[in-house]
Amino acid sequence: MNGGDEVAAAPAGPPQSLDWKFSQVFGERTAGEEVQEVDIISAIEFDKTGDHLATGDRGGRVVLFERTDTKDHGVPRRDLERMEYPIGRHPEFRYKTEFQSHEPEFDYLKSLEIEEKINKIRWCQTANGALFLLSTNDKTIKFWKVQEKKVKKISDMNLDPSKAVGNGSIASSSTPKLCLANGGSPDRSYNYLGNDFSFPPGGLPSLRLPVVTSQETNLVARCRRVYAHAHDYHINSVSNNSDGETFISADDLRINLWNLEISNQSFNIVDVKPANMEDLTEVITSAEFHPTHCNTLAYSSSKGSIRVIDLRQSALCDSHAKLFEEPEAPGSRSFFTEIIASISDIKFARDGRYILSRDYMTLKLWDINMDSGPVATFQVHEYLRPKLCDLYENDSIFDKFECCLSGDGLRVATGSYSNLFRVFGCAPGSTEATTLEASKNPMRRQVQTPSRPSRSLSSITRVVRRGAENPGVDANGNAFDFTTKLLHLAWHPTENSIACAAANSLYMYYA
Amino acid sequence: MSTVEAPLYPIAVLIDELKNDDIQIRLNSIRRLSTIARALGEERTRSELIPFLSENNDDDDEVLLAMAEELGVFIPYVGGVEHAYVLLTPLETLCTVEETCVRDKAVESLCKIGSQMRENDLIEWFTPLVKRLAAGEWFTARVSACGLFHIAYPSAPETLKTELRSIYGQLCQDDMPMVRRSAASNLWKFAGTVESAHLKADIMQMFEDLTQDDQDTVRLLAVEGCAALGKLLEPQDCAARILPVIVTFSQDKSWRVRYMVANQLYELCEAVGPEPIRTDLLPAYVRLLRDNEAEVRIAAAGKVTKFCQILSPELAIQHILPCVKELSLDSSQHVRAALASVVMGMAPVLGKDATIEQLLPIFLSLLKDEFPDVRLNIISKLDQVNQVIGIDLLSQSLLPAIVELAEDRHWRVRLAIIEYIPLLANQLGVGFFDDKLGGLCMQWLQDKVYSIRDAAANNLKRLAEEFGPDWAMQHIIPQVLEIANDSHYLHRMTLLRAISLLGPVLGSEITCSKLLPVVVNASKDRVPNIKFNVAKVLQSLISVVDQSVVEKTIRPCLVELSEDPDVDVRYFAVQGLQSIDQVTMSS
Repeated sequence: MNGGDEVAAAPAGPPQSLDWKFSQVFGERTAGEEVQEVDIISAIEFDKTGDHLATGDRGGRVVLFERTDTKDHGVPRRDLERMEYPIGRHPEFRYKTEFQSHEPEFDYLKSLEIEEKINKIRWCQTANGALFLLSTNDKTIKFWKVQEKKVKKISDMNLDPSKAVGNGSIASSSTPKLCLANGGSPDRSYNYLGNDFSFPPGGLPSLRLPVVTSQETNLVARCRRVYAHAHDYHINSVSNNSDGETFISADDLRINLWNLEISNQSFNIVDVKPANMEDLTEVITSAEFHPTHCNTLAYSSSKGSIRVIDLRQSALCDSHAKLFEEPEAPGSRSFFTEIIASISDIKFARDGRYILSRDYMTLKLWDINMDSGPVATFQVHEYLRPKLCDLYENDSIFDKFECCLSGDGLRVATGSYSNLFRVFGCAPGSTEATTLEASKNPMRRQVQTPSRPSRSLSSITRVVRRGAENPGVDANGNAFDFTTKLLHLAWHPTENSIACAAANSLYMYYA
Repeated sequence: MSTVEAPLYPIAVLIDELKNDDIQIRLNSIRRLSTIARALGEERTRSELIPFLSENNDDDDEVLLAMAEELGVFIPYVGGVEHAYVLLTPLETLCTVEETCVRDKAVESLCKIGSQMRENDLIEWFTPLVKRLAAGEWFTARVSACGLFHIAYPSAPETLKTELRSIYGQLCQDDMPMVRRSAASNLWKFAGTVESAHLKADIMQMFEDLTQDDQDTVRLLAVEGCAALGKLLEPQDCAARILPVIVTFSQDKSWRVRYMVANQLYELCEAVGPEPIRTDLLPAYVRLLRDNEAEVRIAAAGKVTKFCQILSPELAIQHILPCVKELSLDSSQHVRAALASVVMGMAPVLGKDATIEQLLPIFLSLLKDEFPDVRLNIISKLDQVNQVIGIDLLSQSLLPAIVELAEDRHWRVRLAIIEYIPLLANQLGVGFFDDKLGGLCMQWLQDKVYSIRDAAANNLKRLAEEFGPDWAMQHIIPQVLEIANDSHYLHRMTLLRAISLLGPVLGSEITCSKLLPVVVNASKDRVPNIKFNVAKVLQSLISVVDQSVVEKTIRPCLVELSEDPDVDVRYFAVQGLQSIDQVTMSS
């Protein structure tokens, strides 16, 4: 909710360029180690407080990280959020847990393989210290709860457990098989303990309750709900509503609205499928709810337009409330114009006033109150324009780069090839445009290279499994490597800290 | 590890299983919590079992849900009402868990217990619990708190009452929309316990805050409760405070809010009295009937009859009827279907003249609707209009509609119309039925779809019940029995099905003279499926016919079948013979 104030309170002049420094890497590759396809990161998301970070990979796993530099002992969470951190501190994370969210499946009716790759992760409202998140692959959305659970060590049983198991006919009433077959209904052998069975008034003193001794806990991820069979095409987005009750999921042609608690029905709210599929000219590429207005959502299309719809208007929102698209510059049309116009990602700024969109060549910032054109356009990798033909040949032109905004809305960031990502200042008058490389030395492509010792990474758990950089890209600023693309990145909600994925490695930077 | 005496063994197992690794076993054990409590005795239930359950709060949600439910009826096991307060602790923890259904159940159980607790105990234990939950760090606790105020409030002393009201006011403005939603949906319950003066001041203020909430979902729930809230107020207060809100809501930007108003408007009318209905609610309702969102029109159309019932016929004719005419031509088939399912009910309200003049054309156009659900809905309510204008005026249009539905290419539509045939027969009378519909009933017996053939057989039974055995002998039996010569074995099977249904209705005499010979004849069919169905039918007819007939006709036939080469035929024949023996022995 502070986002709007922060923008207004920004100093009159453009803010200084940020000096980005390396913070951490998870899953760094050792020299020569090959990247396993399943380890490649396919989604990154900070939670609302920035205390947790989740990544999803092509192997269907979700990995959670937690922040370690803010230990909130005795300080209420809300106050903690407002606290100014002492200069020099920056978010540091550690591996928390991981779980297998999706498995490869086969749709027998359509003869279709459904891969386990995580397309999107979204955090939901925390409750009772348990974390909740939505993860989705192409077809199925799952609602996960990650929670500390006590490790049970039971003692003081009435019966010797080892004896009870093999103990003739009565004990067999408690074997799992029998109980499962009955559902929850009481076993037959208990029946004589019904209401007609009389217990002595003081109870039976020889009976004891089991005692749970261990206070150890471990993290358990449980899938609470599965939202399936609602999408004929591939899901590209999920997004939570600010009402804390509903979320949307979007595929190429439709957007559905779900209640978090109800997994067996959803409402179709946008349907762009033409009566005849031959008339199809445009698909939905990304969709997101407004951060505070529960009835507003935006979706982007392959033709480069963003539509904002108002859920209050009608049940099926086929007509948009607002349309944002840039008029085509006359004469500049080429074979690639339409392909590179396709928007791969949109994000609302935290105050909901601005929408950031990424197409193949540019980042565009739109003011929701101005539909004539973007308020700012940033060229991400203009030097690739002459090479569009090559990029088309090797399909790179269809890569879907994500984008993100800083919590204060003053900067935007997005990825490019050769594991590079770019940060632009979008405050009025700002000329900030930084190129960083997802490596331990992010600024080495710049003229001056800040000399700062990289931090020790010995405490990171996944180091062993994940490798170091590909030696092939090391050449300083040389030929761009289309295979090392930085598609996924996320900006910390409250601080200048970026997490980005280079293949299987998660790099974190701060300024 | 102690040794347990043999009779206690099952209960000991039950207790140990409270901590079993298998969730089904734990669930089973929790469901028998009362048995465990009785075995432990009241004293130890209070001192050991309840604390044990309070710590058992990180179990799976299914187990917690069962626990929340069991604890709601646990007062007898802890030693009666004076000890009821010990149950509050485990339920309080359950009120804070993340899973909504567990919290809801825990709140429900707390309400059950609280309503039995003594006044002093409520003040000492229950109210502090409500305050703790309302101040909970996580929204889950605060959500649960909203549902408990109506139990805590009545017995609280004056200062505490003031405090509770102010806490509820804060919950209505909580940061989290979930809490505000809970506050909105529980407001009317709390309002029911609040004194009239505070109701008008504090509660109405909260209501107004909720109705202006940013979140549509909160406003929705505020609307949902306003009819109940309105009934608590004096009619003039209701008109002054609730009515304007409803009128505003009926023009809300969000169709979901208007949808809710359309559903609630009728109930609200009961609270405000006739004058405001005419001046405010009627125009609001007419607007909703003409809403540009189909979902809203569906909700409004579905209430059209109820709304007319509280209006004078003149107002209904003047204001509602024109809308009904528009709705009958609505572009959305679902709107027309919703209208069709209730519009027949308007006939008694409007009276004969208005019905013939105004409603009849609407019925007729809906009966010709291209969407089968619309036609079906009209036909299903035929009895209502028949009472007012008689069937003659309708029958001309009715018949083509029925015939078309009877031959619809969707079998579900055909099935639906079959279900209504007995109702139609009853309304139209024997004469009309014989002329027009009898053929259809026979036609369905040979439908391609099994469900239709089955329903058709059942339909014959219901018709025979309706018109009596004599009629059936004349109009059903001859045609049905002709199927015995059908070349398709599935049709012959349908015949057997029909006979087994008709036999009991038509009685012993007709069964023996007409039905039984056909069945016995069918036992010589070349298809084994027919033969074992014969065995089944014969078995079902044992109770219908006389003992002598059983021995003379049924038994020999079954004996013969019991020597059939087909194993299934033999099986069912033997089953039949066994039930003959049982009947013989018992008589």
